[in-house]
Amino acid sequence: MILKYSIQRLLMIIPVSLAISVVIFLIVHLLPGDPIDNLIRVGSSPEDRIALTAKYGLDQSLFEQYFLWISQIMTGDFGQAIVLRRPVADLIAQNLPYSLQLGGLAFLFSSIVGLILGIVAWASQKTWGEQFVKGFILLGSTVPGFWLALLMILFFAVNLGWFPVSGARDWTALVLPVLTIGFGGIALVARVTRVALLEVGREDFITLLHAKGLSRPTILFRHLIPHALLPVVTILALRIGWILGGAVTVEFVFGRPGLGSLLIRALGQRDYPVVQGSLLMLALAVMIGTLIGDIAQAAMDPRIREATK
Amino acid sequence: MTMLSVQDLGVSIGPIAPLSGVSFQLERGEIIGIVGESGSGKSLTAMGIMGLLPLIGGQIDHGTVEFDGIELTGLSENEYRKLRGGRIGLITQNPMTSLDPLKKIGPQVDAVSRLHLGLDRAGAKARTVELLGDLRIPEPASIYHLYPHQMSGGMKQRIVIAMALGADPDLLIADEPTTALDVTVQAQIIRLLGDLVKQRDLSLVLITHDMSVVAQTCDKVMVMYAGTAVERGPVQDIFDNPKHPYTKALIGCIPHGLSETVRLKGIEGTVPGVAQYPSGCRFHPRCTIAEEVCTRNVPVFETGAKRAAACHFALEAAQ
Ligand SMILES: Nc1ncnc2c1ncn2[C@@H]1O[C@H](COP(=O)(O)OP(=O)(O)OP(=O)(O)O)[C@@H](O)[C@H]1O
Ligand code: SF4
Ligand SMILES: [Mg+2]
Repeated sequence: MILKYSIQRLLMIIPVSLAISVVIFLIVHLLPGDPIDNLIRVGSSPEDRIALTAKYGLDQSLFEQYFLWISQIMTGDFGQAIVLRRPVADLIAQNLPYSLQLGGLAFLFSSIVGLILGIVAWASQKTWGEQFVKGFILLGSTVPGFWLALLMILFFAVNLGWFPVSGARDWTALVLPVLTIGFGGIALVARVTRVALLEVGREDFITLLHAKGLSRPTILFRHLIPHALLPVVTILALRIGWILGGAVTVEFVFGRPGLGSLLIRALGQRDYPVVQGSLLMLALAVMIGTLIGDIAQAAMDPRIREATK
Repeated sequence: MTMLSVQDLGVSIGPIAPLSGVSFQLERGEIIGIVGESGSGKSLTAMGIMGLLPLIGGQIDHGTVEFDGIELTGLSENEYRKLRGGRIGLITQNPMTSLDPLKKIGPQVDAVSRLHLGLDRAGAKARTVELLGDLRIPEPASIYHLYPHQMSGGMKQRIVIAMALGADPDLLIADEPTTALDVTVQAQIIRLLGDLVKQRDLSLVLITHDMSVVAQTCDKVMVMYAGTAVERGPVQDIFDNPKHPYTKALIGCIPHGLSETVRLKGIEGTVPGVAQYPSGCRFHPRCTIAEEVCTRNVPVFETGAKRAAACHFALEAAQ
């Protein structure tokens, strides 16, 4: 049943991606400026310009250009970068692992630490433990990521010299970016976990579990946490997009290679195929994230499985 | 043999004292009905006996609760846990919300016998299936694998009852076990509980809104009003000869039951909340025979006697 549901949902990605590809294409092409500006040398003639425009098919109608691009994509060909003069697929393949590494680590870090903090806050109600987590949640949801990044670079990288200021040489270069992206995520997950635990804790069935003589840890781990995980999974699935988006700016601030850095550079040069390709990859990642979230929900909650039959 | 003896039980939740002066005794094989309108303190009494008040931030303030010779107030949480589910079973009001919606119902029942009787998975399952059969649940072996949302309210309440019976307890506490159910199912569940008490020689505390349920199933009854007990005695005596004006009014509205909306015959007003408990006799603002003393002095509620009525004019009221 879950399998059938997953396949259905997976197939849905195709039409949605097509719709998104149209939007991406239009936004990219309607931006003022074009890649040819970045190609022609000073002093070249208008004829050179026309020749170049024709070479990259930019003289055709938007309609034709879109169909050319999308039919290439269908065959797995992302096209050729105009300014960077390399296959777009190569550029993505080169940068994607860095983004996945950063995003994945930030995701794991914020979900695990957030969950633990949320549980701690719930378990230590009316003590300093709860106050501490509540303070942290407030801080984490108000402090902007880029500001935190700059602060951490200043303190840990420049003053203490513990981590490199920028780049991606080894794992130490990952610490500050992961912390930056993870910080807000921890606060969010902790808050959702804590609130969910408080809410589920008030339900009749929890009273009845106590009345059965079950111990508090058993009730927490077998019953409360699975319930609290439902909203947490929802929020985490939504956050996959947020984290990738966050990674875009954080890669930039820390001078890391990655899809975000590639995107920002290509955007500056109006390198259409690169911008379109990377945006499409990001959109796909968000959709797959949401899909995984929904499947996880269905796996955890029999009521949702029923509804998806 | 006395199964449960509650003496002058009082409960506090933080600064407020929503329950006080509750006393009754229950023998093996007996059913006591606890009746009263919404907010009269029935559930708090049940939670107090189960030792579950900490869940709502409350605690037992004064009085004693003795179960089969064991004093429960001040019992350590670990010892209490052995009794809960093991020797005392709880049945709650709303079967819709009383089961974990993410877990199959069978294993939820198994948990009790595994914990208290030390059964293994297979043994617990066999016991659960047998128990479900005893509770007149059709096809128990396949019901075992259902999730709560796949069952009707009446069926779910039977599952809750099965959980309460999972470890062969001596005492059941049923807090309005039928309020959330269809009228036709209500009668079935009450009959089922009555039969279980006979078959298994249980003691049952049956909390209800409904005086007619008390008349049909209970041996004894305790009437509660505004967080305190007002009258107690054998069912026959209480119905034949109510001594407290409030009990009299209750009996006057048997045909309707005691839903929150039904007005008590001849009594104006509603039950006061914790913050507005009146001084002296808490019933005095609504009592037709109240006198000056009623506003000042709290009437005594005898703890030991078979019959008790918390009224300064109990005898006159009875005439
Ligand atoms: N957690 C709580 N915090 C504060 N006051 C409470 C709490 N639980 C109950 N009370 C108060 O204690 C009084 C008795 O409540 P209780 O739930 O025992 O009534 P009840 O007789 O079970 O009513 P019902 O028929 O509606 O279930 C009420 O006035 C109620 O407002
Ligand atoms: S004590 Fe007074 S107010 Fe209370 S029930 Fe008796 S007569 Fe009425
Ligand atoms: Mg109640």
